Amino acid sequence: MTERKYLAGEFFMSGDDACAEGAISAGCRFFAGYPITPASEIAERMSERLPEVAGSYIQMEDEMASLAAVLGASWGGVKAMTATSGPGFSLMMENLGLGIMTETPCVIVDVQRGSPSTGLPTLTGQGDMMQARWGSHGSYSIIALSPDSPQELYDLTIRAFNLSEKYRLPVLVMTEAATGHMYEKVVIPPMNEIEVVHRRKPAVSAGEYLPFKPDADLVPPMANAGEGYRVHITGLTHDERGYPAMTAEAQDRLVRRLVDKIEQNREDIIDLEEDGIDGAEVVVCSYGISARVSRIAVEQARAEGIRVGMLRLITVWPFPEDRIRDIAGQARAFIVPEINYGQISLEVERCACGRAKTVLVPHMGGGVHTPGTILEAIRQVVR
Amino acid sequence: MNTVNPDGAGHPLDPYLRAERIPHIWCSGCGLGLVVNCFLRGLIKSRLELDKVVVVSGIGCTGRAAGYINLDSFHTTHGRAIPFATGLKLANPELKVVVISGDGDLAAIGGNHLIHAARRNADITVLCINNFIYGMTGGQVGPTTPLTARTTTSVGGNTDEPFNIPYLVTASGAAYVARWTTAQVIRLEKSITEALLKKGFSLVEIIAPCPTYYGRMNKQRTGLEQMKYYRDNSIVKSGIDPKHVGIEFNGQIIVGRFVD
Repeated sequence: MTERKYLAGEFFMSGDDACAEGAISAGCRFFAGYPITPASEIAERMSERLPEVAGSYIQMEDEMASLAAVLGASWGGVKAMTATSGPGFSLMMENLGLGIMTETPCVIVDVQRGSPSTGLPTLTGQGDMMQARWGSHGSYSIIALSPDSPQELYDLTIRAFNLSEKYRLPVLVMTEAATGHMYEKVVIPPMNEIEVVHRRKPAVSAGEYLPFKPDADLVPPMANAGEGYRVHITGLTHDERGYPAMTAEAQDRLVRRLVDKIEQNREDIIDLEEDGIDGAEVVVCSYGISARVSRIAVEQARAEGIRVGMLRLITVWPFPEDRIRDIAGQARAFIVPEINYGQISLEVERCACGRAKTVLVPHMGGGVHTPGTILEAIRQVVR
Repeated sequence: MNTVNPDGAGHPLDPYLRAERIPHIWCSGCGLGLVVNCFLRGLIKSRLELDKVVVVSGIGCTGRAAGYINLDSFHTTHGRAIPFATGLKLANPELKVVVISGDGDLAAIGGNHLIHAARRNADITVLCINNFIYGMTGGQVGPTTPLTARTTTSVGGNTDEPFNIPYLVTASGAAYVARWTTAQVIRLEKSITEALLKKGFSLVEIIAPCPTYYGRMNKQRTGLEQMKYYRDNSIVKSGIDPKHVGIEFNGQIIVGRFVD
């Protein structure tokens, strides 16, 4: 095998492979996973690539173990990730909660397929979007990104690592079979052109260090295991020392901060792509592969003289509430195509608050919308 | 500052404990204090660099041990201590990673992780504290409860065969396997040192009293009575095939170093 450390250049690559290369570019040096269609190609590529960059790959016995190993590796001081699909994503909800509670940077990629349950293993879906937001028990905030191409799977996997290191939490890349298995041109820039973020380290000595005392941005600096700080890390509600604190006051303080550190930094985290929203009568709001199909429908509607805008959610969680509210004040309706029976449409409806109509264009999974379906929904709204 | 001795001299192991977290939550007569004591003494004897030793635990009474030990320590999710430890060790091979958890955590909800870590000979040490019962949740039947023993969910007597943990992990490929009870502290401590220094997957099963639940339901109402039972019924048979070390209700407990 040829020794490849870092790839740079133009490649014809699948979304899953691009995701793995994004992870390598971001500095990921640990992958633990369990085979699952349509995400297995990410594991396969990582198993080949990680040894080339002095990283480790391990295939675990299930998805609970996979995410547990990823969290452990992150505390070992290494950027770590896993990749899965719906059934495995369900199993990861337990340790997703541990990752949130212990503020452990890592990346989880969900290549969504038709669901519920075993569903359509080889065919596409977007049915895990609400699970991404609320799947683990308790109140917390999460970051989830939704790429619409192999190129963006590369780019957003890097961004996911950067956000996870900056805000100290598991960050989700919510893609789908259609994008993961899509082959397209992917441009990998030279290494020195890629922005890579590392976790903030303690600025004080071991004796003074409090593992969960946040800085002004509400994120605590992180000491890794083996660095002499003798940290105690628990999934129990804990105080700034990291020690269990079984009181309503400690719970209030911790849970609020875990949520607020994301919510107060929405501006930094939220990334949207907008096109022709000013003066639009109708705005199509979509994400991932569905946004890609929507764009064609938007062009067709414009050709018919309909004033239609396009809002693509590159960041899905935290949800761009303010932007939806603003648009609801000027447009007549939102059209929300997604490959489920209504998930993100509920969020749009909540934020539109009755000021603009929300029209779901559902697809139960197994394929993508035809542009015609979305175009027809646009026509009906303006009729 | 808490001290263990009333004369204020402190306990020799105080520097190895998070003194500000003592007193611990464990019941009177519980065996976990002895286990922590033996672990710390075994660890000191191993001469491992303490800043590079990490303790990982799951959930349950034993799971709380991580929080009292003055090392990098992780109290993870129920059953997942071993895969967490596996990731930690792979990410930083300089670390010595020790899992301290209970029989319910390791052999029931975490049973799959236990056998797979042994199968792949993960370079970690596991201390499995077996009290025959789920203590934290109120004394329910577990994967190691002896046949016919009473628990709060088997009031008529347990009808399921228990796991023989040394046999299970030996069959799965463990490099070092031993069992002691809390009545053999010197041998337990020595075994812990051996396990810590063993390359590959090492496991020490430690039979420990839970008078609050197991003892109360099974006519061994105090920790002392349970310790007497261990003393009178433990038989050292190092090197024996672990196939033959299953534990029957109120029966013999075969202890020793079975695999090295």
